Amino acid sequence: MSTKQVSRRDFLRVSGLAGTALCLGFYFPSSAKDAEIINTTGITSSEVELNAWIHIDTSGKVTIFNHRAEMGQGSFQSVPQIIAEELEVDLNDVNIVFAQGNREKYGNQVTGGSSTIRSSYKNLLKLSATARVMLITIAAQKWNVNPAECYAASGHVFHKVSGKKFHYGELVEQAAKLSPPKEVILKKTSEYKLIRKPLLRQDTPLKTNGTAVFGLDKKLPGMLYATVERNPRLRGIVKSYDDAATLKVPGVIKVFKVRMGVFKTFREGVAVVANSTWAAMQGKKALKVEWDDSGFEHINTAEIYQRQQDSLQTQEGLFAKKQGDPDAILKQAEKTVDVVYQTPYQSHSCMEPVNCVAHYQGDKVEIWGPIQAPEWVQDYISEQLNLPKEKVIVNMTFLGGGFGRKAFMDYPHEATMISKEMNAPVQVVWTREDDATQGPYRPGISYRCQGAINDGIVTALKFRMAGQNNDHWRSGKTDQANRSTSEGFLKPYYDSIKDISFAEVQFETPIPTMWWRSVYASTNGFAYESFLDEMAIAAGKDPLALRRQYLQEERSQLLIDKMEEVSGWKHRKKNEGFGVAITECFASTVGQIVKVSRAADGKIKIDQVWAVMDCGWYVNPDIIKAQVEGSIVMALGAATIHEITFKDGLVEQSNFYNYKMPRITDIPPIEVYIMENEADAGGVGEPGLPAFAPALTNAIYDLTGKRIRKLPFDLSAV
Amino acid sequence: MINLTINQKPYSIDADPEMPLLWALRDLIGLTGTKYGCGVAQCGACVVHLNGEAVRSCVTKVSRAAGQKIVTIEGLSKNNDHPLQLAWNEISVPQCGYCHSGQLMSAAVLLRENPNPTDQDIDNAMAGNICRCGTYPRIRKAIHLAAELQKKEREAK
Repeated sequence: MSTKQVSRRDFLRVSGLAGTALCLGFYFPSSAKDAEIINTTGITSSEVELNAWIHIDTSGKVTIFNHRAEMGQGSFQSVPQIIAEELEVDLNDVNIVFAQGNREKYGNQVTGGSSTIRSSYKNLLKLSATARVMLITIAAQKWNVNPAECYAASGHVFHKVSGKKFHYGELVEQAAKLSPPKEVILKKTSEYKLIRKPLLRQDTPLKTNGTAVFGLDKKLPGMLYATVERNPRLRGIVKSYDDAATLKVPGVIKVFKVRMGVFKTFREGVAVVANSTWAAMQGKKALKVEWDDSGFEHINTAEIYQRQQDSLQTQEGLFAKKQGDPDAILKQAEKTVDVVYQTPYQSHSCMEPVNCVAHYQGDKVEIWGPIQAPEWVQDYISEQLNLPKEKVIVNMTFLGGGFGRKAFMDYPHEATMISKEMNAPVQVVWTREDDATQGPYRPGISYRCQGAINDGIVTALKFRMAGQNNDHWRSGKTDQANRSTSEGFLKPYYDSIKDISFAEVQFETPIPTMWWRSVYASTNGFAYESFLDEMAIAAGKDPLALRRQYLQEERSQLLIDKMEEVSGWKHRKKNEGFGVAITECFASTVGQIVKVSRAADGKIKIDQVWAVMDCGWYVNPDIIKAQVEGSIVMALGAATIHEITFKDGLVEQSNFYNYKMPRITDIPPIEVYIMENEADAGGVGEPGLPAFAPALTNAIYDLTGKRIRKLPFDLSAV
Repeated sequence: MINLTINQKPYSIDADPEMPLLWALRDLIGLTGTKYGCGVAQCGACVVHLNGEAVRSCVTKVSRAAGQKIVTIEGLSKNNDHPLQLAWNEISVPQCGYCHSGQLMSAAVLLRENPNPTDQDIDNAMAGNICRCGTYPRIRKAIHLAAELQKKEREAK
């Protein structure tokens, strides 16, 4: 743990706040696991790392610093909703500000793994309750009454007997002098007034009148605009370029070579800097670049999958997980199933293309952008430019989608290098074509799934996966099995099926890959949950009954009850195909049932999707429903509409006309249900995605007897 | 110089006449509510109204818009209270929110031309607008709600 001097003056400077106020943060003693709450109002020096801030000023206004990105998943709403509950303030009085990237202050800020709420809700509840107790203590002192006779509501402390009240703003100055109490009593779930309520999102009004500032909307005085022509084969260097025509484009100021890091590798491009985005784009079109990408394979999609699937037949791979001896069981099995599934490379295709503003100023650099991992960016730029970390200031804007793409450091690094060359603030804009053709992508993966059945009982499962390992890009290490090989697979299966293994058959290409919403669960889920369907058929069991049989713990059983109830699974009719899949990722389990039929024109029609989410403790049911709806739409696109393919090392798709998106006309009715329980909070932004594709293909099997093992597939051609 | 009337205000800009209206709005005038999504009229993030019609500003030359009446998301209403904006809020339609300037501008033309749209009418009018967050079910719902709000508003008048 590093030592960090945090002075009150520093805090006020960083936060842009002034005036007498009560400020609370978290203290993470290195010896203990639980965070302690500390009063940071008057702090001058101590060995502390402050993870989050709450600030109440003398007018009673509450400001909190959201250490995570808002990319649609709702942290901008759910974090204040938690704080307002225990602090007893009206949600409208809570102002939320994006924190800058700073590992020392905010800990892990990487907005990924659906982790914002599940990693911080307990601390946020405790922090807010602590502030409330301190304010009540001061009010009671002023009235000279027992604090037990007082309560807080709507930003005031009330005295029950006399009806007297104080506004929080009247109490903060004295409360700021108190030591926070060690223990506070938190509300029971049944006492919540805000949490678990479908409150409206605070960011919606900003997003309906054009005032929300996304990365692309950031403007600085004297800011220039840049585009970059990057190697279309993703790796290699610039051999030469001809900028004569580019320099003739009105508005173009300068053309030069730029190099950016892509985790452990580098990519070169030619930057075109201009006085408008349009001029930079026109200049880029006029540029002629010759690339040297020798030494890198010019790969084709067909070869990728051929190689993966050949290796799955001959190699055992590295075990990520193994219990019992599935090989021995498979050898003696009465019945075995041995099949291969295939999932495509996918682009994140955020509606806001990648972009970043950087302002290099010699001894420091300041960055603004749609950034999922501000402290990674800070670390990386500080390392690459040999600047102290505090001289790399990373500001998060709203993100026009993230899905994992914007946790990469390539684009802030590139923007910084271009600003450095220009000695001016520069916004680097990736065109849609850049965004589509440059990656990083969700890796394309092949799975070999083997299963054994004896007497109608599933006795062994053996899974092997061949696909690029995202971690290799980040760590450069290749000696361990992909730890996400079993992601998506439900843990209770391990109790009822004793012989199971998951292995990674390693596979590499020069294609950059990165997390894509729900990450490996998004592809694993298709293979494993389709395969369980195949096992059910082979064992002569109803697919939902098979899940019930092998998922014996209580939460799974309740989830299955709910799925059965809402979908009418037991009462399904002839000419209706029903498919089920249940997946788990980021500590939440989602079960989906898809119903399909043949429309009058003979084409498959998705009649209905039912999704049941068990994420334990939760904040806002409407945000959860929205996230699951959105996840299903994204999964529908990835399963039936789009894929990234390669020909001679070049990406074949470039824009929405050949990397098509689901549209409003493609969307089936979706019903989302949330399980009510007191379990620890799980993720919300991603877990709704993986179960959709297998539930759909299982439904198609149920209707037609046709098993789909390769994504994407054309729904209209089944 | 090119003279533009945007949200009832006059602007005079020094722009390449070939420059799409999108970039003139964003980079030269500073109205950043209109978004860049694809640059080739595929996604609808850049929709604005030109003389009351929904156009893709990414493929509309700024010279074509000269002297015409342009309305952007910033001018859809004075107080964020167009029936669609109210409905979008009530139903919590946006997630990341990036595409919704364009969604709202497309929907506004639909609602003006067809005050009582069916699901099919909505699908037909909104099929040109992509939402990567998948807010489509809520867009449909919110347009129906906005139609009701618009009706009540008119009855009140």
